Amino acid sequence: MIWQLARVRELVDETPRCKSLVLETPEWPGHRAGQHVDVRLTAEDGYRTERSYSIASAPEERELVLTIERLKDGEVSTYLVDELRVADELELRGPVGGYFVWEQKLGGPLLLIAGGSGVVPLRAMLRHWAAGERSVPARMLYSSRTLEDVIYRNELERLAADAGAEIELTLTREWPKDWTGHRGRVNRQLLEDLAWPPRQRPLVYVCGPTTFVETTATTLVELGHDPSRIRTERFGPTGS
Amino acid sequence: MSPISRGFMGRRRPVADPSRVPPGQYLTDDFPVLSAGPTPHTPLDQWSFTIQGAVSEPVSWPWEEFLALPSETIDTDIHCVTKWSKLDTSWRGVSLDTLLEHIETEADYLTVWSDGDYTTNLALEDVTDGRAWVAYEYDGQSLDPEHGGPARLLVPHLYFWKSAKWVRGLVLTPDDQPGFWEGYGYHNHGDPWLEQRYQGD
Repeated sequence: MIWQLARVRELVDETPRCKSLVLETPEWPGHRAGQHVDVRLTAEDGYRTERSYSIASAPEERELVLTIERLKDGEVSTYLVDELRVADELELRGPVGGYFVWEQKLGGPLLLIAGGSGVVPLRAMLRHWAAGERSVPARMLYSSRTLEDVIYRNELERLAADAGAEIELTLTREWPKDWTGHRGRVNRQLLEDLAWPPRQRPLVYVCGPTTFVETTATTLVELGHDPSRIRTERFGPTGS
Repeated sequence: MSPISRGFMGRRRPVADPSRVPPGQYLTDDFPVLSAGPTPHTPLDQWSFTIQGAVSEPVSWPWEEFLALPSETIDTDIHCVTKWSKLDTSWRGVSLDTLLEHIETEADYLTVWSDGDYTTNLALEDVTDGRAWVAYEYDGQSLDPEHGGPARLLVPHLYFWKSAKWVRGLVLTPDDQPGFWEGYGYHNHGDPWLEQRYQGD
């Protein structure tokens, strides 16, 4: 897989810690929703380092979008969020990964469960779903620490209003006085209420920090969901 | 020749021995978890490790018998295709040389299979001569389920997806059959020193 150059066309502030990089990638071969890319940076003295990032844009979009969360002491994420400017160039290659992917032909019901910045590949899936015939229902359960940390909030509201996606937000640390969404972590009760019953065989994608994914996937299996219908991807502090 | 990333200084960590870090990898002290689906929890009384396929006679060890096999301590560095490397990890497990000792086979390849329907393929020469183990302890403790417990394959000279978690057996085959990630575009061999991450690398 070869490295190619991408040019930053636009930078979008998503939350205080997250930024979306809208990239021009003339040689991009196309991707499926849920895949990721490798990004490579090179310092003036030749030092290089690489990281993998999920793709936030749907396959039908012209530009490639990555949404990056600034990790504490993150060597690459701090550069991408704080230093990168419009018209800068990045080296990337991809798409990578083929299992944590949703395509129209896989059907549903489509259940997307996100913890924090784990929402990024799931947003690509939801956009891809919205761009299609929407013959299966799609539901997203998204856990954030605070309302301010919710990435793509306006867009998710729009996807709910215009495309009929069911968006369920839960806030784990603090919430506004008039908050009508869920409160607290994704737990057994919330999954019983919001995942479809196991007999409807939802196709489930879980993405977030390791403990979030571990707990959520295990609870779904305990509730009777078929493990082969649950696909997981984890975002650790090491930025994988 | 890579273009310079404007304004990128990098935060090079002083690495005691750079010769231990393969190209494109960075060091981590924690132990990230990556897996494609839910963590299986197979009870030990239902666990066994089986060698089958192109063999004169299949063999199978239940958990207690497996633990009774001669084991070794393995101190090694590990390298994940998602770019992290972890130095000086310590494991305990059974060498594949021990498991294959009394097996007669003409096969050159094997498919390793795990609970949760994971598979990965390896050449026999990559898992013999002290290069692969079935490990059941990490850092002196029973291996955590999220890290592959009760037992996982350990093939530290290849990217870590080859070190299948929740391993239950291997099937010897005359031909090389791609496993799970190998079928999704990852490299068939996965040598971190040659940076064989993806097909075509």
